Amino acid sequence: MTTINAAHPHAAGAGGKSHVVADSITMLRRNLLHMIRYPGLSVFTIMGPVVILLLFVFVFGGTLGAGLPGVDPAGGRAAYLAYVMPGILAITIAGGAGGTATTVSMDMTEGITARFRTMAISRASVLAGHVLGNTIQTLIAVALVLGVGLAIGFRPNAGAIEWLAAAGLMVLTAYAISWLAVAMGIQAKSVETASNLPLLLVILPMLGSGFVPTDSMPAWMQGFADYQPFTPIIETIRGLLLGTPLGWNAALAVGWCVVIAVAGYLWSMVIYERKSVR
Amino acid sequence: MTTSAIEVRGLRKSYGAKVVLDDVDLTVNAGTVTALLGPNGAGKTTTVHILSTLVRPDGGAATVAGCDVVRNPDGVRAQIGLTGQFSAVDNLLTGEENLLLMARLRHLGAKRSATRVTELLEQFDLVEAARKPLATYSGGMRRRLDLAMTLVATPRVIFLDEPTTGLDPRSRHTMWDIVRGLVAEGTTVLLTTQYLDEADELADRIAVLDGGKIVANGTPDELKRLVPGGHIKLRFADSTALHTASGLLRESTLDDVDLALTVPSDGGVHALRTVLDSLDAANLEVADLSIHTPDLDDVFFALTGRVESKEAQS
Repeated sequence: MTTINAAHPHAAGAGGKSHVVADSITMLRRNLLHMIRYPGLSVFTIMGPVVILLLFVFVFGGTLGAGLPGVDPAGGRAAYLAYVMPGILAITIAGGAGGTATTVSMDMTEGITARFRTMAISRASVLAGHVLGNTIQTLIAVALVLGVGLAIGFRPNAGAIEWLAAAGLMVLTAYAISWLAVAMGIQAKSVETASNLPLLLVILPMLGSGFVPTDSMPAWMQGFADYQPFTPIIETIRGLLLGTPLGWNAALAVGWCVVIAVAGYLWSMVIYERKSVR
Repeated sequence: MTTSAIEVRGLRKSYGAKVVLDDVDLTVNAGTVTALLGPNGAGKTTTVHILSTLVRPDGGAATVAGCDVVRNPDGVRAQIGLTGQFSAVDNLLTGEENLLLMARLRHLGAKRSATRVTELLEQFDLVEAARKPLATYSGGMRRRLDLAMTLVATPRVIFLDEPTTGLDPRSRHTMWDIVRGLVAEGTTVLLTTQYLDEADELADRIAVLDGGKIVANGTPDELKRLVPGGHIKLRFADSTALHTASGLLRESTLDDVDLALTVPSDGGVHALRTVLDSLDAANLEVADLSIHTPDLDDVFFALTGRVESKEAQS
């Protein structure tokens, strides 16, 4: 990978591939400007998880917490806050996909995207701009949601290394989910479909160990819940922040992220190339 | 230099059962303007999209600035600019940010980017609106910004897909002046239009596209000569002169109310001289004389057998 080649300002065509990084950064700037100018979607991706967090902790939390194994019913709400926080963080990351798919889908219908296709810039950088922009946005959302969690009494016992590792995994997850969301956005025939498709991702943490332990589920569902991507991701964050046993979860989580990112990237590139304009 | 900037041979494209382009040949010489004239659905935009690498052809070959559009699309992309009939601007950014975005993607470097953006804003009369969001721009301003974005890196070949559709007359003339300026600097332009006067005004050559086929190709004057309908119109001071002249010029038709005589003619100097000589010989004074050569409306009608173009012009 190379950086901007200032000596050949006009040689863009000769080396379209050599400008991938520079072009991706240019596209990232464009997407960040969009987010700052029109923060509507961004606000929604942050408010959603906060509402779910407050709902689950203060409305359902007392009862759900009392049902967790080895918890004194009197401290149910606090115990449930600790239990549900990793799941809420996963939902925050998954929720970002909705915004990305919508933005990408709208962008594909814009004339500017047609213009990008007639320019000697790498296909990947147009999409990478969206992915990086969304990853940053999601991480901001994660930080704010975590802030709310800490404010209402979430007390992780992690050291600096564990915090760093948890942050790293969340960055990786956000990045992987973003590629998937970009693919969904290009694939969707309409903006409406694009905004609904990623809702499936938001359900996933609930069908895993995000909100209740999987062994409280019926056997057939438990099979799915234990092996779907979000469970090892949630278990890893839980293990790092709260000291629950990690087992193979960390390796599984990273593996899933790599698989999702690569699949999302390939899917995006193929359909972006195939879908010609108008 | 008479090298060709665009070379198209046997180009074909279908969408399902619908044939959009059927064996299109086209040559555009470097540094000239060629207009691709045709009604809606003739295949103009598809041609431009193939040449600008947005769409793959089903068959045939096309090179732009020496690069094959299928085998070397990046080579083509580096040398072209496309301004489409749907504005290719980022609606969420300001005019200045749009131009800067293009400058960065063309890798001009920070300093040259800034200079070039300032230049273009001035040239396209967008200085005042530079920092305003695009939502506040008029149609003409958007079109100017669109073209300015295409010109950030001085492309060798520019495609203008219906550049003045939907613009008011003043913005249209501004756009025409800009196109003339580009050509003066040596840029090759392929312009699609459904406006006959626009093709006449700007183009060195006109290719008439109808139903996916090129039905005529030549200079505006050559095309006009293809069709009958040219005539000389003579007006006389009184009815006597009119009728005498009518007797002299056998093929003419007479209009008593206007005191005018219409003589069929190819509009050439020789035909004109013959008419004037015979009037001179009879000592007849002509009050007013006008020569009518067929306009592109006539051409279009004669070539396609339809009058769609006139509709489109309104």
